[in-house]
Amino acid sequence: MSVFDFTALVWFGSLVAGFLGALTGLGGGVVIVPLLALALHVNIHYAMGASLVSVIATSSGAAAAYLKEGFSNIRVAMFLEMATTWGAIFGAFLVAKVSTPAIGVIFGVVLLLSAYLSSRPRKRDHMAPKMGSVARLLRLDGSFPEGNGLRHYNVRRTPLGFAMMFVAGTLSGLLGIGSGAFKVLAMDQAMGIPFKVSTTTSNFMIGVTAAASAGVYLRHGYIEPGLAMPVMLGVLMGSFAGTRVLVSAQTNRLRLVFALVIVVLGVEMIYNGLTGKL
Amino acid sequence: MTTKKKWGDEQLELILAKVLLFGVITAAIVVLIGGLLYLIRHAGPLPDYRTFRGASSPLRGIRGILKAVAAAQGRGLIQFGLVLLIATPVARVALSLVGFVREHDRLYVVFTFVVLVTLVMSLEGWRF
Repeated sequence: MSVFDFTALVWFGSLVAGFLGALTGLGGGVVIVPLLALALHVNIHYAMGASLVSVIATSSGAAAAYLKEGFSNIRVAMFLEMATTWGAIFGAFLVAKVSTPAIGVIFGVVLLLSAYLSSRPRKRDHMAPKMGSVARLLRLDGSFPEGNGLRHYNVRRTPLGFAMMFVAGTLSGLLGIGSGAFKVLAMDQAMGIPFKVSTTTSNFMIGVTAAASAGVYLRHGYIEPGLAMPVMLGVLMGSFAGTRVLVSAQTNRLRLVFALVIVVLGVEMIYNGLTGKL
Repeated sequence: MTTKKKWGDEQLELILAKVLLFGVITAAIVVLIGGLLYLIRHAGPLPDYRTFRGASSPLRGIRGILKAVAAAQGRGLIQFGLVLLIATPVARVALSLVGFVREHDRLYVVFTFVVLVTLVMSLEGWRF
């Protein structure tokens, strides 16, 4: 395969991944690493480097749109970003210590968990009935547009959310992913923040989290320009297109299909990790 | 007090949105130009991505990347675009810091400062 063919193929695959990721809200970055590693036999470290930069691109692009809508809570984000950036640096350092097969297995398990977390039937918001004491101290409560006005919400169990964010950051740095599903879990389930606020705030935090491990990735040579270029451009274009279509599309069935794809990739990653094929 | 605080946050959010969008678009354009240069000049066989050797060492640090950009190397230009991309969230945090200082919100000035220092230390490659 020539450089041009390979680049075009990677670009197109990333475009589709970014498009489906944005359309289903499951994120495109999470399938990039298994696609590159399993289908194109790219070394997993290069794949993670390319995925990490594409995650920064899509997160920042989407965050710009969400910020204007007024759903993201920048105080919650700023406070929790201390946990995610420390976790991300810790995770990025772990990459050099953990063997490639082990990374493959962890990656597979995280894929399965993400698919599970994001395909559960969406229950009512777990909105906190009253403010937690730490949350009150940190003034984490906020409001979001609903109907014609603003709806206020409380925040609780802040220390638990902070700890979960450290783990989400570690996974992001260790695997080169955004770990949005885990960030949403911390805010929505643990801290009782409304779902829409959780997802947009999570997206807002992903770029900063990934930037924290990107320095380590760059110095260790995980970011290979020939590979990162088509991945970043493809995922970014795909997700921009996906967000445009999102408004009108019926995405429930598509979410299910994409979640199944993630499950298959997760199983493949675990299998290939265990048999030493990565 | 509360209304004033909210007003400040909303202004800040709009500025942050602009910075993020500007950063991502600029980075993408630089990566695209670098990518085209790279593809035009490297029509040969595919480099081996299967075994990990790491990106060539000049392209692992800002100084080497800037040199490669000065030499108009496609790969260097791609890497420079990616550094711009990585810098975008950092710029967002730096601007948030300015915003919280202007709102006289000491607690959040401290949080934002901690995150900014963490990011800069990571990018600069200081040992923890």
